[in-house]
Amino acid sequence: MKRKQLKFVAGSVVIILTLAYLAYSGFKEGNAYYQTVSELYASKDQAYTREGKSINFKISQQDEKTKQVETLLVKYVGNDAPPDTFVDRAQAVVEGQLGRDGVFVANKMQAKCASKYEKESAAGVRKSD
Amino acid sequence: MAQIGQFALALAWVVTAYSIVASLLGIRLKHDNLIASGRNAALGTFVCITTAIACLGYLFAVSDFSIKYIAAHSNRDLPIYFKVSSIWGGQEGSLLFWGWLLTAYSALVIVQNWRKHSAMMPYVVAVLMGTSFFFTSMHLFIVNPFNQTVFLQSDASPLPFVPRDGNGLNPLLQDAYMVIHPPMLYLGFVGFAVPFAFAIAAMITKQLGDTWIRTTRRWTMVAWMFLSIGIMLGGKWAYHELGWGGFWAWDPVENASMMPWLIGTAFLHSVMVQEKKGMLKVWNMVLIILTFIMSIFGTLLTRSGMVQSVHAFAQSPVGGYFRAFIIVALSGALYLLFDRLPYLKSENQMESIVSRESSFMFNNLILLAACFAVFWGTMFPIISEAATGSKITVGPPFFNKVNVPIAIFLMFLTGVGPLLAWRRASTNSLKRNFLSPAVIALASGVALYFRGVQHFYAWLSIVMSIFVTLTIIREFYKGAAARSSGTGETFLEAIVNLTLRNTRRYGGYVVHFGFVLLFIGWTGQAFTTDAEGEMGVGDTLPIREYTLRVDKLGIEDTPNYASDKATISLFEYGKKVANLYPEKRLYKAGQEKQPTTEVSIYSTAKNDVYVVFQGGTRDGKKAIIQVFYNPLTMWVWIGGIVLVAGTLIALLPNKKAILRRRPEIVSKEERKEVEEKV
Repeated sequence: MKRKQLKFVAGSVVIILTLAYLAYSGFKEGNAYYQTVSELYASKDQAYTREGKSINFKISQQDEKTKQVETLLVKYVGNDAPPDTFVDRAQAVVEGQLGRDGVFVANKMQAKCASKYEKESAAGVRKSD
Repeated sequence: MAQIGQFALALAWVVTAYSIVASLLGIRLKHDNLIASGRNAALGTFVCITTAIACLGYLFAVSDFSIKYIAAHSNRDLPIYFKVSSIWGGQEGSLLFWGWLLTAYSALVIVQNWRKHSAMMPYVVAVLMGTSFFFTSMHLFIVNPFNQTVFLQSDASPLPFVPRDGNGLNPLLQDAYMVIHPPMLYLGFVGFAVPFAFAIAAMITKQLGDTWIRTTRRWTMVAWMFLSIGIMLGGKWAYHELGWGGFWAWDPVENASMMPWLIGTAFLHSVMVQEKKGMLKVWNMVLIILTFIMSIFGTLLTRSGMVQSVHAFAQSPVGGYFRAFIIVALSGALYLLFDRLPYLKSENQMESIVSRESSFMFNNLILLAACFAVFWGTMFPIISEAATGSKITVGPPFFNKVNVPIAIFLMFLTGVGPLLAWRRASTNSLKRNFLSPAVIALASGVALYFRGVQHFYAWLSIVMSIFVTLTIIREFYKGAAARSSGTGETFLEAIVNLTLRNTRRYGGYVVHFGFVLLFIGWTGQAFTTDAEGEMGVGDTLPIREYTLRVDKLGIEDTPNYASDKATISLFEYGKKVANLYPEKRLYKAGQEKQPTTEVSIYSTAKNDVYVVFQGGTRDGKKAIIQVFYNPLTMWVWIGGIVLVAGTLIALLPNKKAILRRRPEIVSKEERKEVEEKV
């Protein structure tokens, strides 16, 4: 390879490696497991509880395989107000951890986006690390 | 009317299929009449789909709830403009709208180019109609907007049924931005089909010079502009309607529009290298193929429930078909590309790392890297499930960590690239062009640092913005000064004429400047702060240099909604600057009463004060008020407008070219006069 071209290759490699490193560290900061309610129960991974201003609600979801409806008690303690689309029987995704008392403590919550509000999609739970 | 619509769809399906067969067979048999008939059929498809969409619009206007789609997305009391925009409010209608735009674009392309590019056009028609055939099949067989509303009986057999009123349009979508955001976005997505079709036609006919690029340059710019407008409007809607204080959250539906934008941007830049130097020919093919595939992929992503997201349509049957279409289109295009590689040899080689070519190359590399990162982050739940069995999602930290440095590096290239010489930039020219902007930018950086801007990326981004702005101003100044001394024009005239004579170059600078402004607004996000309080009448809440005071808490009742409303006085350094009226509304239509947050924003060039009525306290005596202090946000929107204005300038034909092309309308004297001036 000519020296000139070597420069281009080296430059590109440096850029790509830097970005790969950034991607990796960004991933470490912000990843979460996406589980359905029954998967969450099956993982039996329960952690802490937290007190404070909160909103309590239930998420119900039918398991795709067993067809059983699983219910999860959720306590939302996040800073932000719940989204507008969070209404009775709305689909929602919550992010947080399952407490020892069986209540899922959520610090983030998303509800079905207004522009895509067709029914019958599955609800889910995101578990923070 | 539904029957007419249904019939128009069926007819469109037959006509589209005929158009493909006639075009291809016509070329094979060298039968001109058959080719012409294929062309006419393509125009006919446009007529059919237009009829279908007009029927759907009519059904919305008369509230015909015997049609399922109408019942699900409209109600009697909905204002007429929202009824019309409900056409693209859901899955079936928005796909029909997509398909309609495609046929409209196809018709326009045919009218514009049929004579000019007679060899390529039959293939262009075949590719566009191939895509259209896919959509028409979807409309007709999979997600038909004209299906009837049915009532399922106990034995699951359907019975036609007309509900008394429709479900209504979600109040969050009853918003002017939501009326125009989807059409803009689709005009962008669909627009990329045109350069793609030309690229494929160029490969088939082996006419691989830059004819196809010159022909489609404007189309690409138009598609890119609409996509940019669509993305901006989406952000604006989220900002003022959703009440979480920001405009971009890296969720799949946003990412879906970002990916084709990123690759489209790379393509717009790298075609210049092909035009000027005959290089990167294969690369350009790859880019336009990817841009098209990404715009289809974006459509798939938001419609198939493929990535579990609150922003995706429900699990629907369209996913498999879209995947199949992507696989066929991608593998066909790549096979063709592979086969034509010998015809795509580069005419030149990269010589120096400090050159225009090289800056374009790095621009492309990182735009593609950005797209890949967005793709990877969006698809990670699926990738991780395939690899480890559990779905893992990545959040905004991932996207920001990768894309913020990329954006800053892009800014750097934006300032440097356009001023570098082709082939090799001499040290002297580097000094001449960049020394003063760099020194001033760095000096401002030092000053900023001591004034408290110590967030590294924010600091770097502001320094970069200053640097790029200076290089752009310098370019305009240099050009205009030379021109005004040569022609005697005033400085302002010189700037206008300079721009009109080379619209692409100077329009491009304006686009870059828009990007700088957008970036400044975006940087402000690093300094967002918020405060929250339970406030009764007379209570105050301080945030930075502002204080909020609640003057009144009240309830408002209208036929459409009931609302809790606060009247708040906003003071800046103790002086009253505005009244703000944040609300929490509860819409009455539909079975599920939908609340909406109506934020109230005080917006200045310096910052936004963004006030949210979160709700009332349990005893009903106080309101929970959240306030965000968002520095510089206005510049995001101004940047967007400048960016679009720049693209419009770049789309203008050069002044000289007008004269040459239409000699009949320019008298000899006028011509002579202008030529003297030039």
